[in-house]
Amino acid sequence: MKKRPVFMRKFTDRLVKVASVIAALVGIFFLFWILLVVVTKGLSAFNLKFFTDISLDGEKGGIANAIVGTIVITFTAVILGVPAGLLGGVFLSEYGRSSRIGSIIRFSSNVMMGMPSIIIGLFVYSIIVYNTGTFSGFSGAFALAIIMLPVVLRTTEDMLSLVPNALREAAMALGAPRWKVTLHVLFRAAKTGLITGVLLATARVSGETAPLLFTSLNSYYWPAEPGWHFWQFFNSPTANLTVTINDYAMSPYAGLNSIAWGAALMITAGVLALNITARIFFREAKK
Amino acid sequence: MKNDIKGDIKISVRGLNFFYGSHQALIGNDIDILTNRVTAVIGPSGCGKSTHLRVYNRIFELYREQKASGTVMLDGENILSADVDILELRRKVGMIFQKPTPFPMSVYENIAYGLRLHYKLGKGEIMDKVEKALKSAALWEEVKDKLDRPGMALSGGQQQRLCIARAIAVEPEVILMDEPTSAIDPIGTAKIEELVGELEKKFTIVIVTHNMQQAARISDYTAFFFEGRIIEYGETEQIFTKPANKKTEDYITGRFG
Amino acid sequence: MAELRKKSKNSQSLPDRIFKALTFASALIIIVLMAGLFLQLVWHSMPTIRKFGFEFFLSKQWDPVNLQFGALSSIYGTIVTSVIAMIIAVPLSFVIALFLVEIAGPKVRVVVSQALDLLAAIPSIIYGMWGLFIFAPFMQDHIQPFLGKYFSFLPFFKGTPMGIGMFTSGLILALMILPFISAVMRDVFQMVPPVVKESAYGVGSTTWEVSYHVTMKYGMQGMLGAVFLGLGRAIGETMAVTFVIGNAYTVSASLFDPATTIASTLASQFSEAVSQPVFKSTLMELGLVLFIVTFGIQVAAQWWLNKIRRSSGGGL
Repeated sequence: MKKRPVFMRKFTDRLVKVASVIAALVGIFFLFWILLVVVTKGLSAFNLKFFTDISLDGEKGGIANAIVGTIVITFTAVILGVPAGLLGGVFLSEYGRSSRIGSIIRFSSNVMMGMPSIIIGLFVYSIIVYNTGTFSGFSGAFALAIIMLPVVLRTTEDMLSLVPNALREAAMALGAPRWKVTLHVLFRAAKTGLITGVLLATARVSGETAPLLFTSLNSYYWPAEPGWHFWQFFNSPTANLTVTINDYAMSPYAGLNSIAWGAALMITAGVLALNITARIFFREAKK
Repeated sequence: MKNDIKGDIKISVRGLNFFYGSHQALIGNDIDILTNRVTAVIGPSGCGKSTHLRVYNRIFELYREQKASGTVMLDGENILSADVDILELRRKVGMIFQKPTPFPMSVYENIAYGLRLHYKLGKGEIMDKVEKALKSAALWEEVKDKLDRPGMALSGGQQQRLCIARAIAVEPEVILMDEPTSAIDPIGTAKIEELVGELEKKFTIVIVTHNMQQAARISDYTAFFFEGRIIEYGETEQIFTKPANKKTEDYITGRFG
Repeated sequence: MAELRKKSKNSQSLPDRIFKALTFASALIIIVLMAGLFLQLVWHSMPTIRKFGFEFFLSKQWDPVNLQFGALSSIYGTIVTSVIAMIIAVPLSFVIALFLVEIAGPKVRVVVSQALDLLAAIPSIIYGMWGLFIFAPFMQDHIQPFLGKYFSFLPFFKGTPMGIGMFTSGLILALMILPFISAVMRDVFQMVPPVVKESAYGVGSTTWEVSYHVTMKYGMQGMLGAVFLGLGRAIGETMAVTFVIGNAYTVSASLFDPATTIASTLASQFSEAVSQPVFKSTLMELGLVLFIVTFGIQVAAQWWLNKIRRSSGGGL
């Protein structure tokens, strides 16, 4: 019987191992490269005016309005998307676990999670902006809520599925109705996972740009003018960080490019901070 | 099955069949459970003893593919009937599970939660009832200084007694125990067995156990289950000393199971 | 004695039924959205579907002045950039997953996993900015001249190195989908029962041989699922590509040339199209194409991932 040379087998093995280490390093290298660029270029744009002013003059303005706008839009998206996602997740985990409609809903959420966000933007444009005749911050929040919905829904299902049946039985054996069992006992037992899921989904949508190009657009003014004409959020374009980056980065003026980098640092720091907070929270709570 | 039990009947089961999908797990069970007595349910694993117990509070209905037929009369009312208020049924028939199931809340809240489900009570009243339940479950002395600690932070045996306290706080009439000591250490087990003797004065107790010494120690009546049927039912002493059925004898002498 | 009886015939209480209905309605929203999305895109595409018919997919004309549009350049650019991204990202993801599961110690594994998670969390517009201002010039000065010099016999690497274009876009896409594919592949690797792996080691296999002959065969369906999830992301990625692809409506063999993708066309042309019904309808039809392609990819990905999940019984 002819033997395969051990030397060659070991060599191939070594080669693949080296390649895998290199591949992992490549990933880390690019992460640091991108972060380094964003931090250095972003920091040089920071000054007091940057955080307090709205940029009308273009050259040395600020992005205060965009910061506020991004927060308002994201927050509205959370309010619109999270409750529906939580309830839908309850349906999948508590009522529709092995039903046909349950698997159709599960499949649809997986498809919607993979749907490019720009398509969601196009959709919200066609149902809200097109019909109301105006771009608006609210339509942007609506688009982000649609992106959040399937993520929250599936996380909720997964987290509730991890709660042992013994706890459901114990609560029901005490004579608690199903809805109280779910909201008081199961949600509390799965709290960490649910909060982590919502934070990660929030982090993801707060950095979205493409859907906002079709909905919120951008504005050089405050989301609501002094005197708080709250209604503006529903009937006018609303400033936000990501579309501001898009507009200023494409601009031929170096001053605007610099502001774009500052905004890029803001949004990156915000998104990563949310993301890391969620993960640390999850790890600590698990201990 | 011969049924020559005499006394005040709390639960009367006739022709109970149970199905997991198409698999029949209980076949024609007939049994009378006596008021303020401890009834032990024994038998080899998979014989249907837990399944039988889970019919008494209809907890099996959590799973769509599980179905029961026949009659289970509680104080003369068929609990399997469709118009039974299932929440009130479960208040009347409490349950303790194999593993302790404290809710993800404080010790105090674990008990107060059940109370608030069924009664409208003021803060002081709740505190009184929590204390009373913990005392009845022989846990008060151990936890009175840590009522706001999470229920999960207690030891296994303490958790199980917390669950018993939670169950008795809502003033049930029957308490079902499904192998309540199988996940508890020996000292904890002894405490719970002792407790069962105390609770008997106020409640009707049905306890499933795979531990025959335990059944002999704490129960007044014993039912032996085998392959979904009740093979023998009678006074515990009689079952363990002179069983009428060959299968019962084989089981309690350890020849199988 | 009748204290257990209720007035209603149903043993589920009214609040319970309301709660269940509420959760069901919330879950149904997702189906309504998906169907609504499809119908809206079809409805708004009708003008161009009627006007251009199937010719739309064969024409590379892009003339906003005379309102003559074809999808060919967008589709071509989407395919080329995605193919470049997959060629690079799939093998890299495979060896990264291998590294995480078979090679790295627990501490290193955590650090690398977290770095990849962060890479995936960076907003795509940041990739776009970094790509446009940093990576594209780097490609123009260092990588493209090198490739042009030594590989110019291939049609792909001809032309002026401009930094921006399909090649750079493909590389950035590869970087963006790398964390996703490797994360799913890592999960698939971990689903292989330890017994199976141990018995392969037991007969004297090296790590690579176990991975190649056992893990890969065992998890093939799951890995196909991972690849399709990555492909779905690459095809739909918008902002990063819009920044670096150059937005040229051409079909060119050279990867150094600027081009466009469906998503980047949508993002860059929309503001001009709003006031022109035919132009807007064109973009809607491009969106419809993207929807249908993504839908197909997701169906395939879910199908394969479900197969491996069912066979191993574990959750992903």
